[in-house]
Amino acid sequence: MTTALRITDLSKTFPVGRSLFGRPKASVKAVHPLSLTVAQGETLGIVGESGCGKSTLARMLVGLLEPTTGRIEIEGAALDTADPAVFGRRIQYVFQDPISSLNPRKTIRQIMDAPLRHLHHMPARDREARILEIFDSVNLRAEFLSRYPHEFSGGQAQRIGIARALAAEARILILDEPVSALDVSVQAQVLNLLADLRAQFGLTYLFISHDLAVVEAVSDRIAVLYFGAVVEIGPAEEVFSAPKHPYTELLAQSAPQVGRPLAAPEAKGTELPDPLKPPPGCAFANRCTRASARCRTETPRLTPLGTASQAACFHPLNV
Amino acid sequence: MTAFFRLLARNRLALAGGIVLSLVVLLALVTPLLPLADPDVTDTSNRFRPALSDGALLGTDHLGRDLLSRLLWGTRLSLAVGIAAALIAATIGAAIGIIAGFYGGRIDNVIMRGVDMLMAFPYILLALAIVAALGPGLLNALIAVAAVNVPFFARNIRGITVGIANTEFVQAARLAGLSNPRIILSEILPNVVPVIVIAMSTTIGWMILETAGLSFLGLGSQPPQADLGSMLGEARSALITHPHTSVVPGLMILVIVMAINLLGDGVRDALDPRLKSGALSRPMATTRVDRQSIPDHGEKSGDSLLNVRALETQFHVRGRVYRAVGGVDLHVEPGECLGIIGESGSGKSVTALSIMGLVASPPGVITGGAAYLDGEDLIGAPYRRLRDMRGRRVAYIFQDPLSTLHPLYRVGDQLIEAIRAHRPISRTEGRVRAIELLDAVRIPNPEQRISDYPHEMSGGMRQRVGIAMALANDPDIIIADEPTTALDVTVQAQVLSILDDLRRSRGLAIVFITHDFGVVAQLCDRVAVMYAGRIVEEGPMRAILSAPRHPYTARLMACVPELGGGKRRLEAIPGLPPVVDALPEGCAFADRCDRTRPDCRAGDIPLAPLAAQSVRCLHPVGTEQEHAS
Repeated sequence: MTTALRITDLSKTFPVGRSLFGRPKASVKAVHPLSLTVAQGETLGIVGESGCGKSTLARMLVGLLEPTTGRIEIEGAALDTADPAVFGRRIQYVFQDPISSLNPRKTIRQIMDAPLRHLHHMPARDREARILEIFDSVNLRAEFLSRYPHEFSGGQAQRIGIARALAAEARILILDEPVSALDVSVQAQVLNLLADLRAQFGLTYLFISHDLAVVEAVSDRIAVLYFGAVVEIGPAEEVFSAPKHPYTELLAQSAPQVGRPLAAPEAKGTELPDPLKPPPGCAFANRCTRASARCRTETPRLTPLGTASQAACFHPLNV
Repeated sequence: MTAFFRLLARNRLALAGGIVLSLVVLLALVTPLLPLADPDVTDTSNRFRPALSDGALLGTDHLGRDLLSRLLWGTRLSLAVGIAAALIAATIGAAIGIIAGFYGGRIDNVIMRGVDMLMAFPYILLALAIVAALGPGLLNALIAVAAVNVPFFARNIRGITVGIANTEFVQAARLAGLSNPRIILSEILPNVVPVIVIAMSTTIGWMILETAGLSFLGLGSQPPQADLGSMLGEARSALITHPHTSVVPGLMILVIVMAINLLGDGVRDALDPRLKSGALSRPMATTRVDRQSIPDHGEKSGDSLLNVRALETQFHVRGRVYRAVGGVDLHVEPGECLGIIGESGSGKSVTALSIMGLVASPPGVITGGAAYLDGEDLIGAPYRRLRDMRGRRVAYIFQDPLSTLHPLYRVGDQLIEAIRAHRPISRTEGRVRAIELLDAVRIPNPEQRISDYPHEMSGGMRQRVGIAMALANDPDIIIADEPTTALDVTVQAQVLSILDDLRRSRGLAIVFITHDFGVVAQLCDRVAVMYAGRIVEEGPMRAILSAPRHPYTARLMACVPELGGGKRRLEAIPGLPPVVDALPEGCAFADRCDRTRPDCRAGDIPLAPLAAQSVRCLHPVGTEQEHAS
């Protein structure tokens, strides 16, 4: 299996409270040094709650944010400069809000034209043919091309967003909550389309979502993020059915599920740690029922557990 | 574009301004073609001739020059200078603003501090200084007026650009390989142009006045050349003896500036998207009710706490009628939890808001039905009565607690206000009660958190405050509209369990609106599924979960992936829900349904009892055998 994407010690630190000329007063680690590999044709699901750093990670991967440390390798070649135009041909991004990711004052044709023209310098005649080809593969009609974004429903607009990402001919797509703005019945249409496209074009996906069931349904492997770090990574069928990290277990128990009685899975403090004053040791220790003294002084690292899983926990479950 | 002109023409004042201004501009344009006397030829023997005298319609000035001719030539010049100054100021100001806003950081800092310095001078002083440095003359006055107005445009446009530069479509353009200059030209500029036009249309009049002011002081146009300001300046000495020489140019300035300002306001209103969507029309305190007949209690009247009968709510927007709610029957028993489930646009929120008259009017109108709370019809109840019931009998919890809590008041003060709205108690008593409420929704350290501002709390905590506020006056029913949709799963689980505990300990009835079957299944006793403004299936939670009868319910449940199922293909419903201003005849789901037969599209389908539930379907799921036999 060849590696499509390899990231090594990628991290992002944001300065906080910068004065006019002086140095920043403090800094927030949005993503702690993080290493991941994604195989060609694989879908890696990334789950986590708001503020866990999943969007920061995604934006670094497409060059919209410059990483503080670390390197990104796509199909063996490193990308060092944070220039979306360089990244764009190899890795593309599908946004969460389909309508606001389309310029309201451009027609769909102009929007679709941009990546072909600026990334691939394709002559005008070929561009039209290529756009029609892509539109066909995402089940959109050619007559939509001369319309404006506000004329579309969320599901259709998200297809246009996917079509734009395909036009760049990148082989890796970052899908940042691609269906969370859509209705349930339309969400399934888009997820199935994504699965078809992956098979048809041999794409590799990074699927970011807060919806555990959706992530589980589309992913081969799942990484769980908490407070800017991966706390567990493993095969999709194992992560939520046999969680190793207590946080993963908490997530799995919290997901609303038909036929399970309602019970607050957590009685203790529920707030995330203050990012300006990160606690020593494991960031989850304060919410964890299994925490020991060691958890509060030493930071656990990702360690292999079982055949294919890894978890960052001193007292893992289900092993 | 035609829509813009139609909107503009609807505004009578703007239309009048536009007509007057076009007349003035037309006159100024054709001035060289008119048979007018030379404006600069002096004839001192005929000085100060009154208006309507022979050969001089408006009279002559102190040098015997024809006033009509000078007025028209002067207007031409003043308009040209004013418009030129506005264009120059807008172009330079917008360019500065876009560059500062787009690049941000240090570039933004340096540019905007420079602009601030320019703004720190009183504008007339600055203009005088510029003219003093460059020397008097109309061109220099134009430069001065333009320069003085650059900061106004720069600041305005910078603010807008900062917002646009961080939007997703600009990021998408970067990923499509566009360079920064290209992004500015093709993504930012088209979205900024309306703002530039609005700013210009409201400032041209101002700039004409400023130019006239400089000319009045003798710093603008030089004799004998006429512009409106210099005409006024020259007539000043004869203001008492020969007032017509001042009145003529003065009136023209008044007419031009009034016309431009009226038109400018109209342009702004027509272009501003917020105003277009009806922000200018203030909603009424309760939803407008316009119903032909009042339905009776029906057979369920007996002990229902809330009994909604044949409720119809429509939105009337520009001649189109959107039937958001098309005849909904609901009943809620004391202490019961009713779930209303549906996708966006199914009318679930509008149904809930209609009960207490909270749908914004215009454009909302309740066109039929009744909502009996303990036998009293709330639809059409007078505002005083509704206001007394809102919060005390029926309380609401909304989706986004950040937008329902006032950002500038402490949460405690907002809670106390909610309590005191219905009860004559002191602030100290209110505070005690507020702390009790925060404790009831399990906020840790309520004595301290009561003095937090909403932004100091996390989303889950804010929603708990929202629930506490709904509980403030011990209502009988809480209507919760997607209260956990914006929350993370772990927080959602906690909020749901709080709601569940409260309803059991206090005997509260809850109407829980959501799109999530999992949530409904855990919390509710009974569920109503809505599609295109109507209930398509209703019944006990367990019955519907185990055997959904309406094809829409069944397929919607199949769409929702469940945790633990592994990687798989999901069931999807093809197509889209119908738009509620063009509902099809018969079943609204027929176009997306795989069980459709000709009779589905033939006419209205009633909500009929089937097993434990009621279903609005002619060919419900699970009845195949009966059909076959």
